[in-house]
Amino acid sequence: MSTATLEPRVKAPRNYLNAEYGWKSWLFTLDHKRIALLYMISITVFFIIGGTFAALMRIQLVEPQGALVQPETYNKLFTLHGVVMIFFFLIPSIPAVLGNFLVPLMVGARDLAFPKLNLLSWYIYIVGGIFTLYAAIAGGVDTGWTFYTPYSSTYSNTQVTAVAVGVFITGFSSILTGLNFIVTIHKMRAPGLTWFRLPLFIWAMYATSLIMILGTPVLAITVFLLALEHLFHVGIFSPALGGDPLLFQHLFWFYSHPAVYIMILPAMGVVSEIIACFSRKRIFGYKIVCFSSVAIAVLGFLVWGHHMFVTGQSVYAGLIFSLLSFLVAIPSAIKVFNWTSTLYKGSISYEAPMLYALGFIGLFTMGGLTGLFLASLATDVHLNGTYFIVAHFHYIMVGGAVMGYLGGMHFWWPKISGRKYPNGWAALAAVIIFVGFNLTFFPQFIMGYLGMPRRYAFYPSEFQVLNVMSTAGASILGVGYLIPLIYFIWSMRYGPVAESNPWGATGLEWQTPSPPPTENFAEIPVVTQEAYAYSAEEAEGHV
Amino acid sequence: MQALPFQPDQASSIARSVDHLYYFLTLITLFFTVLIFSIIFYFMIKYRRRSPNERPKAIEGNVPLEVLWTAIPTMIVAVIFVWSASLYFQNAEPPQGSMEIFVTGKQWMWKAEHPEGQREINELHVPLGRPVKLTMTSEDVIHDFFVPAFRVKKDVLPGRYTSMWFEATKLGTFHLFCAQYCGAYHAGMIGSVIVMEPDDYERWLEGSEQGVTMEAAGEKLFSENGCGNCHVSDGKGQGPSLLGVYGNPVHLSNGQTLNADDVYIRESIVSPTAKIVAGYKPVMPSFQGQLSEEQIMDLVAYVRSLGKQAGKQQEEGKK
Repeated sequence: MSTATLEPRVKAPRNYLNAEYGWKSWLFTLDHKRIALLYMISITVFFIIGGTFAALMRIQLVEPQGALVQPETYNKLFTLHGVVMIFFFLIPSIPAVLGNFLVPLMVGARDLAFPKLNLLSWYIYIVGGIFTLYAAIAGGVDTGWTFYTPYSSTYSNTQVTAVAVGVFITGFSSILTGLNFIVTIHKMRAPGLTWFRLPLFIWAMYATSLIMILGTPVLAITVFLLALEHLFHVGIFSPALGGDPLLFQHLFWFYSHPAVYIMILPAMGVVSEIIACFSRKRIFGYKIVCFSSVAIAVLGFLVWGHHMFVTGQSVYAGLIFSLLSFLVAIPSAIKVFNWTSTLYKGSISYEAPMLYALGFIGLFTMGGLTGLFLASLATDVHLNGTYFIVAHFHYIMVGGAVMGYLGGMHFWWPKISGRKYPNGWAALAAVIIFVGFNLTFFPQFIMGYLGMPRRYAFYPSEFQVLNVMSTAGASILGVGYLIPLIYFIWSMRYGPVAESNPWGATGLEWQTPSPPPTENFAEIPVVTQEAYAYSAEEAEGHV
Repeated sequence: MQALPFQPDQASSIARSVDHLYYFLTLITLFFTVLIFSIIFYFMIKYRRRSPNERPKAIEGNVPLEVLWTAIPTMIVAVIFVWSASLYFQNAEPPQGSMEIFVTGKQWMWKAEHPEGQREINELHVPLGRPVKLTMTSEDVIHDFFVPAFRVKKDVLPGRYTSMWFEATKLGTFHLFCAQYCGAYHAGMIGSVIVMEPDDYERWLEGSEQGVTMEAAGEKLFSENGCGNCHVSDGKGQGPSLLGVYGNPVHLSNGQTLNADDVYIRESIVSPTAKIVAGYKPVMPSFQGQLSEEQIMDLVAYVRSLGKQAGKQQEEGKK
């Protein structure tokens, strides 16, 4: 399906899209750019599936007694929404699509270090995805994406094992991608491309890859143990079998909190590139932004206990996890200040990618600040497990990660497809998404503070007003997401042909034609400058 | 549809202080959100691109600024951390002399048992102005006891006890929610906490079907299950005497010493070999699966009463 639509109408110079034709040339490709497109199509399919689940949930909650489905079905909807969106959309989104496409181009290499491993990681992802979709069709799963034991291991009689296996398998795809990026960034940089000349997107990918490699094995072990207990009643988590019910939560969050940073760090990298380009400025405090990514990656491993303040863990453990959680907020704050200062005395233009990036900063700021309510022990006791949590992490995941992904797609789309999309529609979509997002999730902060617990299929009627507001906002958000889907597909055939550097951006990926040839560069470039040489003197010296 | 309330009821002794912290956090959030948005909008307008060939001067960065905006957030989070942690610590332990109620969660209902033996389901009657300590456990999966109006919440776990406390400061009926997803009818695992004047509460206690007290129920279970065959009161049986155990230090065979509390007593019933009292052999069978959580709570109440009795006897002996 993709080959037909991507075929250019005019005779274009040879590039990675028209180098070969036929399904084999895609399914057996070793070209990182084609693999990126395979990922792009797959995660878009998963995004639509996950979004459909979300839409059904919002319809259900319009009425206090539940407007649409039985509670059992609702529980499966929110579980599959979470599993699909987190493991099959957000985690692979920026790394596997934009990272795959851009890491070799940005470091001036012809491909990733291990092209076959790269293709394998896509197949692993697809096999994991098939297991999960099988589970969805064969009865669903109702444990919540967090799979808390002993409910998941010994009480739920839904497809827990199939989903656990799906998540287990997909984890290896992350690990292989992370490994590939780390080796590529270490060993395959073009001559002259020192660490501190790397674009911040590469730094973000590097930090993300570290988390993928160090964290994902723990998730794999955890869901493996879960499946073991579910299938063979080996006592690990269930007290009735002699296990410890909280052990699961420790293991799960040891991965899943850093996983939040797997989702947000890449978006931060994307936003750094966009802000620099559209304000024609070097990123303010470049080195500090580099180190803050690494600091987030490291500290992110030490805060998992803040998910467990009300489980009865010791108050001293709570104290330390609270302190560390506050500390991880600081590098994030530093990044926001540095992005904002980059605008100072810049030359700012408002093409669509910039609107997404600025939207990201606003929503991420709100998401980050509301995180303080949850790192803080006394308020977390009240807010934990309520819609406040739901609102907070959607501000980070959707307001942050998805805005970043869309910003990146708009920024690099001319490079990826060789075509331009209609800027007016793209700007309109950015505004609709920003407004729809806030209308959907802001009421949920209030709902949570008023005490409405999450994962309720029906609820006391006093929460109805806020729920109706949230559902109304969600319908606007849904429209906002549909628009880019339409014009991106449209532009592949009808969009004006893009030049090699339509935004006037620095970065090696812009020095090769759009779309790039299979080998990326006719000659490997030699780098003589820092990443964001946008100023007059630098720009002249550059050419 | 009902009108939108501004905040949940403040119906416990800690609600107001938690809300103060909440307001402070809201202010910080508003301040920084407005600050960042205003700066962005200001820069967007002031530094908009005026000609396509415009090339601004590069700015490397600014170390004093970086230090400033590292230091300010650090100080702010330090204040929040100290404030919230001290509030949490103050509220961690129930005050002396709290009245105790036992709560068992199961799919999908809350059961409460008052020491005098009154039982209720999905309702919890408590007196106004008196600290209440809940000792909680679950018969199946993890639940969570959440009363928004009291700003309290604690997971209710299978296989162990957790506890929390509150002091109601407002009469009325308040939501009790399960805040940890627990299966199909999680949303239906809700009830109410009914706060009454102390006199009304006493009347309610008398008026409701009493049955036997927890202690008495525990004593009956103690003899039915043959516990007394080994745990004889002079300490010469196969198991240690339970007189005066509760609330006092226990020396274990591995050399450790611990304080005998609800958690320890429960563990000794369901997995007796986990901690062996010094001088005794690990011969006691487990009662896991043979007693319901409510029965175990009755037994714990009985063992607790033995501790108190012995304590009194000792005090009287000293006199």
